[in-house]
Amino acid sequence: MLVSMNWLRKYVDLGDITPEELAEKITKSGIEVEGIEYVAGKPENVVVGYVASCEQHPNADKLKLCQVDVGDETLQIICGAPNVAKGQKVAVAKPGAVLPGGMKIKKVKLRGVESNGMICSLQELGFDEKFIPQDAAKGIFIFPEDTPVGESVIPLLNMDDAILELDVLANRSDALSMLGVAYEVAAILNKEVTLPDESVAFAEEKATDYISVNVDAHDLNPYYAAFMIKDVEIKPSPLWMQNYLMAAGVRPINNVVDITNFVLMEYGQPLHAFDYDRFGSKEILVRRARDGETMVTLDDQERKLTEEQLVITNGAEPTALAGVMGGANSEVHDGTKNVLLEAAYFDGASVRNTVKMTGLRSESSTRFEKGVDPNRVKNAGLRACHLLAKYAGGTVLANAAEFDQLDRSEKTVTVATEAVNERLGTNISDEEIGEILQRLRFPYTKDGSVFTVQVPTRRRDIEIFEDMLEEIARMYGYDKLPYTLPAGSSQAGGLTDEQQLKRKINQFLQGIGLMETRTYSLTNDDRIHLLLSPEVKEQNPVPVQLHMPMSEDHKYLRLSLLPEILASVSYNLARNQQDIAYYEIGSVFISDEEKLTKQPKEQLRLAGAITGKWVDQPWQQEVKKVDFYVVKGIVEGLSELLQVPVSFHQDKVDGMHPGRTALLKIGEKPVGFIGQVHPLLARKMDLKETYVFDINLEEVFTAYAKQLAYHSIPKYPSITRDIAFIMDKEVQAGAVLNYIESVGAPLVKQVRIFDVYEGENLPEGKKSVAYSLLFQDPEKTLKDDEVEERYKEIVEKVNGQFNTYVRS
Amino acid sequence: MKEQLEQIQKEALEKIAAAETMNELQEIRIAYLGKKGSLTAVLKGMGKLSKEERPIVGEAANNVRQSITASLEEKTAQLEEKMMEKQLEEESIDVTLPGRPVRVGGPHLLTSIVEEIEDLFIGMGYEVKEGPEVETDYFNFEALNLPKNHPARDMQDSFYITNEILLRTHTSPMQARTMLEYKGVKPVKMICPGKVYRRDTDDATHSHQFTQIEGLYVDKNVRMSDLKGTLSIFAKKMFGEDREIRLRPSYFPFTEPSVEMDISCKVCHGKGCNVCKGTGWIEILGAGMVHPKVLSMAGYDPEVYSGFAFGMGPERIAMLKYGIDDIRRFYTNDIRFLKQFHHA
Repeated sequence: MLVSMNWLRKYVDLGDITPEELAEKITKSGIEVEGIEYVAGKPENVVVGYVASCEQHPNADKLKLCQVDVGDETLQIICGAPNVAKGQKVAVAKPGAVLPGGMKIKKVKLRGVESNGMICSLQELGFDEKFIPQDAAKGIFIFPEDTPVGESVIPLLNMDDAILELDVLANRSDALSMLGVAYEVAAILNKEVTLPDESVAFAEEKATDYISVNVDAHDLNPYYAAFMIKDVEIKPSPLWMQNYLMAAGVRPINNVVDITNFVLMEYGQPLHAFDYDRFGSKEILVRRARDGETMVTLDDQERKLTEEQLVITNGAEPTALAGVMGGANSEVHDGTKNVLLEAAYFDGASVRNTVKMTGLRSESSTRFEKGVDPNRVKNAGLRACHLLAKYAGGTVLANAAEFDQLDRSEKTVTVATEAVNERLGTNISDEEIGEILQRLRFPYTKDGSVFTVQVPTRRRDIEIFEDMLEEIARMYGYDKLPYTLPAGSSQAGGLTDEQQLKRKINQFLQGIGLMETRTYSLTNDDRIHLLLSPEVKEQNPVPVQLHMPMSEDHKYLRLSLLPEILASVSYNLARNQQDIAYYEIGSVFISDEEKLTKQPKEQLRLAGAITGKWVDQPWQQEVKKVDFYVVKGIVEGLSELLQVPVSFHQDKVDGMHPGRTALLKIGEKPVGFIGQVHPLLARKMDLKETYVFDINLEEVFTAYAKQLAYHSIPKYPSITRDIAFIMDKEVQAGAVLNYIESVGAPLVKQVRIFDVYEGENLPEGKKSVAYSLLFQDPEKTLKDDEVEERYKEIVEKVNGQFNTYVRS
Repeated sequence: MKEQLEQIQKEALEKIAAAETMNELQEIRIAYLGKKGSLTAVLKGMGKLSKEERPIVGEAANNVRQSITASLEEKTAQLEEKMMEKQLEEESIDVTLPGRPVRVGGPHLLTSIVEEIEDLFIGMGYEVKEGPEVETDYFNFEALNLPKNHPARDMQDSFYITNEILLRTHTSPMQARTMLEYKGVKPVKMICPGKVYRRDTDDATHSHQFTQIEGLYVDKNVRMSDLKGTLSIFAKKMFGEDREIRLRPSYFPFTEPSVEMDISCKVCHGKGCNVCKGTGWIEILGAGMVHPKVLSMAGYDPEVYSGFAFGMGPERIAMLKYGIDDIRRFYTNDIRFLKQFHHA
């Protein structure tokens, strides 16, 4: 809401408060002033001039040579505006003037002829082109004939006005009107409110002889008044009204339209003027539209209607979309003589529906949507009649035609001083509360320390004690509230086990050099099915799709974190950042329903992608690219950290390198996978060799044993034996390791692989894998021959199981 | 014989002094003190001496032995020291060459901010709750006093999946969920961080996905001044002790009275500048006293219980704290951006 301070002065004595001071006060009491703007600059030496003569420039076709009387002198001015003519009153920038754009006016010669000033357009004076009358936008501005010559244009064009830009929130629709703002400002400054003149000298003739009103949809339209104004003269509205409209961001059109807009801004009550002679009947019928019915609105668009929309009809066909837009057929035009003026109360939800279906949101519909003051509807009509009589020469007929089932009752709210102080933590007295209510102009009765407040209907937001509490608190001043801390029962705060675990995992991954990322949960057609972890895919998830996505890129809730992480990696590669190690912890959304009847399952996963160099120390010849075993090492480290055993199983996953992918299991449960992104997919995503991991964290949390138990540190020395087996290439080194562990138990405490060799000196198709076995007995010192015996037994069993032999 | 001993001593000590390597010393040791050494030979010859001479010469020989031994030890230590010096000199390296790189990862800036806020409120006795990102219409709106057709809720602003299921537009649904969990009797003191979604077109200041932290405190006799005190502690810890806070009235359907909290502008300290758009204040969060309808819908009697709630945006806080100009930065994961906040 744009509030002109000069306009506001008509209702409240603002004294000499500066716009900044007023803005600060309004903001602190509840309605945020987002900015202060000025209508235009305040150029000195720009005055009203009379064009005494206007002739063709001798040397230029498009220029005129004017003699302009500016009061104390007559200036010869050359003007290029197409609409300049003799007899006009115009804005003249005299030599020495500086226009808002910075242009300095000097005596100059144009095509050999002297020009001593400039005749200005409103744009040149700093007005915003979109708010100025269309005629004036095309050339210079022409003042009314009775404007005194020689006067500064600043007050005449309201150029000294400051505009406060109010951010009016949904609850304060009362402040979408100058009167509403006036009540607010009067309460803040403790001043009186002067109401506008609504007096009308009615003619003897009655409106009801010309028009009748019937309403078929009482619930959506409980009040409708049709005023009849005869013999209006369509012409520009008075300059002051045009000024205020421009300040409020409304373009002046003609007196009738301007008056309905002016009252809309003044009262917050939308009005609509029909051309009576074009209305087509003597009957107004308000009803729901019929399905499939059409009408052409003011903007010349044909609209297809449904039963959900309320329309004004002439009994036969729609002439307006109630509260939203009039029809083209009954529009006021230059030749309009008789005006049918509508002042009505339309249900907000119904108007909102119409707005949603047509996409037409206007100053009018916004106010209906938020709810207008039932006690101001008719007054707004009267105010418009007053202005139409005064500025359009119209005759207002007696007795508006009305339909009236409007509830105008006021709510009462009870407020006890004690309850106010208890809830605010303050010590406000009865007297202070009484004074605040008076300033707000809320009538009340008082019984001891209990106030019974009658809430005016303009403040529809106040219904219960808490609403009044806010009124009192904001008028008292939020800055005067004390600072306290809750005195109530205290409890230990903290993180849950899972939240702590998540932090631990974060710290681990960051500690070994991974960077945490945040990607979007919403993804597109291409990415939704990419790189699903096998145990997710097994559930045959149906991607959860948004009903109305904003873009194709953000359409589905992700089933894997990897595609978006990989997209981030790709983004960096494109910016010449080659070594990336990213991870993210976040939810994927799993559902098997085609149409959701319940929320999808949100599963917390940990996923990451690594590419480029892992070790980078070139001067010591230590540069190592990321490979499968880097990623595996990360998962093993995590497994070690949390003491959750994770096993790795060679497998295939769509989108992954078929020979470099492993399934992860905790016990028998598949929980994710690691490996290299398939080179074809990598190429498609503009990636280089990239390794990923993806783990279901919920399974990790479940397996995590937080109960720590102490195991005594072994007292007796251990013995190590190393052995290299030669085996077929296809034999998995890990399988042999697991086997040694199982047959070697309990004496074999640990088996490590320390060398893998293929090539020279080995038969074709064979490899050598060297294992280091650690023997230990918690009870005693092991003897060599004991170890030797067990060692031979293990070797024999391995050879039998895997068709291996010992490398000598 | 005595002269002989003196001669040996003199000779040995001279040789020791002249020795330059451990080998030479070893040779000297053998030459004098070894089994076939000259001193040993003298001692061997003592048997020919008379009873009276023997102890005198024996003592003298011992003295010579001790003197040579001491000298050898001293010289050995000297030579070792010299050798060590030499070795260390040879081992010297160029310390200006780069070290072996230790990989440094780090948290996402939003995680740092969220954890900082979590820890701050945990310290004041709050627990951390997390809720579903896909919510029901009931918890996202209705339980927060936003019935269907409420002007403050608009289909256009939310990502609906069905008429009843949508992506949560704020973390406030956890207010109702937590109160229901505590069954209308236990005091509630929680914060809820999480991802939220709005139907916005992504640009420098809008993101269809962002982060929010909700806070809720419900108990008997909770006052608005408690809200002010709590928020003041938060703001000063988060933004610095020298920052002022200002509450001003606002509107949220689920709180009444509602407030918006501003902090004094860091750049101009309240005088007015570009950062604060000339107002001297920067908007930080929304808050208010829990609306009685929200309390009663979640099973808390508003006649007995009252409470406050607040909600803030970590992106906004991060942007203000570090002067980040584009919210999309948080989600494009440019390594050059992420690395700047390693240590955050």
